[in-house]
Amino acid sequence: MLQFLARRILIAIPTVILISVFVFALQKLLPGDPVLAMAGEERDPEVIAYLREKYRLNDPVPVQYLTWIRGVLTGDLGMSLRTNQPVLVLIGQKLPVTIQLAVMAMIFALVIGIPAGILSAVKKGTVTDYAANVVALSGLSVPNFWLGIMLILLVSVRWQLLPASGYVPLSEDPVRSIETMLMPAFVLGTALAATLMRHTRSAMLGVLTSDYVRTARAKGLAERKVILKHALRNALTPIVTLTALLFGELIAGAVLTEQIFTIPGFGKLVVDAVFNRDYAVVQGIVLCTAVGFIVMNIIADALYFVLNPRLRKQ
Amino acid sequence: MAHVSDPATADPVLSAKPENRVWKKFRSHRSAMLGGAIVTFFVLGALLAPVLPIADPIATDWGAVRQAPSAAHPLGTDEIGRDVLSRLIWGAQASLLAGVVSVVIAVAAGVPLGILAGYFGGWTDAVISRCTEALLAAPFLILAIALAAFLGPSLTNAMIAIGLSATPIFIRLTRGQVISVKAEDYVDGARAIGLSTPRILTRYIFPNVLPPVLVQATLTIATAIIAEASLSFLGLGQQPPAPSWGSMLNVAKNFLGQAPWMALWPGIAIFLVVLGFNLLGDGLRDALDPREH
Repeated sequence: MLQFLARRILIAIPTVILISVFVFALQKLLPGDPVLAMAGEERDPEVIAYLREKYRLNDPVPVQYLTWIRGVLTGDLGMSLRTNQPVLVLIGQKLPVTIQLAVMAMIFALVIGIPAGILSAVKKGTVTDYAANVVALSGLSVPNFWLGIMLILLVSVRWQLLPASGYVPLSEDPVRSIETMLMPAFVLGTALAATLMRHTRSAMLGVLTSDYVRTARAKGLAERKVILKHALRNALTPIVTLTALLFGELIAGAVLTEQIFTIPGFGKLVVDAVFNRDYAVVQGIVLCTAVGFIVMNIIADALYFVLNPRLRKQ
Repeated sequence: MAHVSDPATADPVLSAKPENRVWKKFRSHRSAMLGGAIVTFFVLGALLAPVLPIADPIATDWGAVRQAPSAAHPLGTDEIGRDVLSRLIWGAQASLLAGVVSVVIAVAAGVPLGILAGYFGGWTDAVISRCTEALLAAPFLILAIALAAFLGPSLTNAMIAIGLSATPIFIRLTRGQVISVKAEDYVDGARAIGLSTPRILTRYIFPNVLPPVLVQATLTIATAIIAEASLSFLGLGQQPPAPSWGSMLNVAKNFLGQAPWMALWPGIAIFLVVLGFNLLGDGLRDALDPREH
């Protein structure tokens, strides 16, 4: 197991280095000279020279990269131009909010997606299966930010059941906090539920025709027990790893969801950074999500390893 | 293996040309035909926008601000009195254009790189594959937002950003396909009779890569349309006053209480066109899959 993990982490290192090169290269895409923008209207040559020196823009590009990556490795992702706070601190502040949203969304996705997938597989070819598939395909086709807007229109504007926006930290008032997060988490969760449903269905269909399920049935076990105990357990292995891999979609989905429900999380931070031309923050976020995704990938592989006894024995 | 041009290997039962077989199968696929019809409807709307008897999509009318649907404005008007139906039809141009152009960029960049990586292996493959993995690590939309932010907000830059973000999907798909095809006997045969590498790549490898790429491209158009709407919704795509579904929704969310129709229709349009491409892609996959007849 340890050997497997060590190898997996070693393979990830070149990928992480490449990601850092790409993220660094992003700033070279910027049209115009960033120093001219920073120097303001006067464009005082002395100020420009000072800024160039300060940000080491006179160095050759590879040297600039090395300076930057040295900072990143020691936890220095640069400063936010707007708030003058270290980028890492900003990300650390916003991340718990998005994690709460993501966890709640994942709960919605699992609670909707997995039972729907099982039902659809067990009742393959029936109206139930067909309906579940139509709903899943619709879930994949509907832009989740629009779903959010429609929910606000119905639940908040028309029925006045839940607040349309506003965020309460979990530590402050847990009940209010969960209440304000319900709609955003549902919106974010539905898209993932569709993906989970489709995968659960195909995994279950594969397992249901296998020999051990036939044996379990032949033993005279109740169908309910066969499905939940014998089939589902094995079908869940790929689903567990898929859940870890859906992390990327969760973060990307959170950008729009947080924008609609004005939740001050990671996603809102990206959008605000983009509009304030706070490029260090944008770079820091891309770097963090990409590295986070790779970590989740390693976790997914490790889970697969743990859950699959055949791999473990090798 | 699909589209092998040697008739001798074809199953006698399926002696019809593969193209005809695929078309026949596709035509009997009801949901795919529905998808095709939806897509055709939107494409026609987008193309005919200049000649349809609809209002000017950017003409403001301060006397008719946020009016509910009526005979004059079947889908109502927006916050500065522009006709929602007209903006919806013109907005289809931006959405479809963004979907198609960004996928063309992704295919044009991804397929050649995938062929290179898959066919030559070794260092070429290692370099291309590591870069692909690195790009795939950043969530699609985050990457597109970051690129659009650094390139500057405009519809063209949004298309470039979405196209580049979708490129790794096509590199990976093509590479895998090439690796399985290059081990086939007829490719060995082509090498044995001394055909040049470019000829082998274009005559024997490329045609076999095409079907899965076509399926993926159709499905990616769906993703790209949502991505363009998302970027426009965030203000990083089509710039006002030009209409786009995403930016219409961005404005509409501020008037939910007073003018809900402003938010309803652009969302339904995105949903339908994305559903259309998804159905079409699923149908193409079934029709082009040589395993199920």
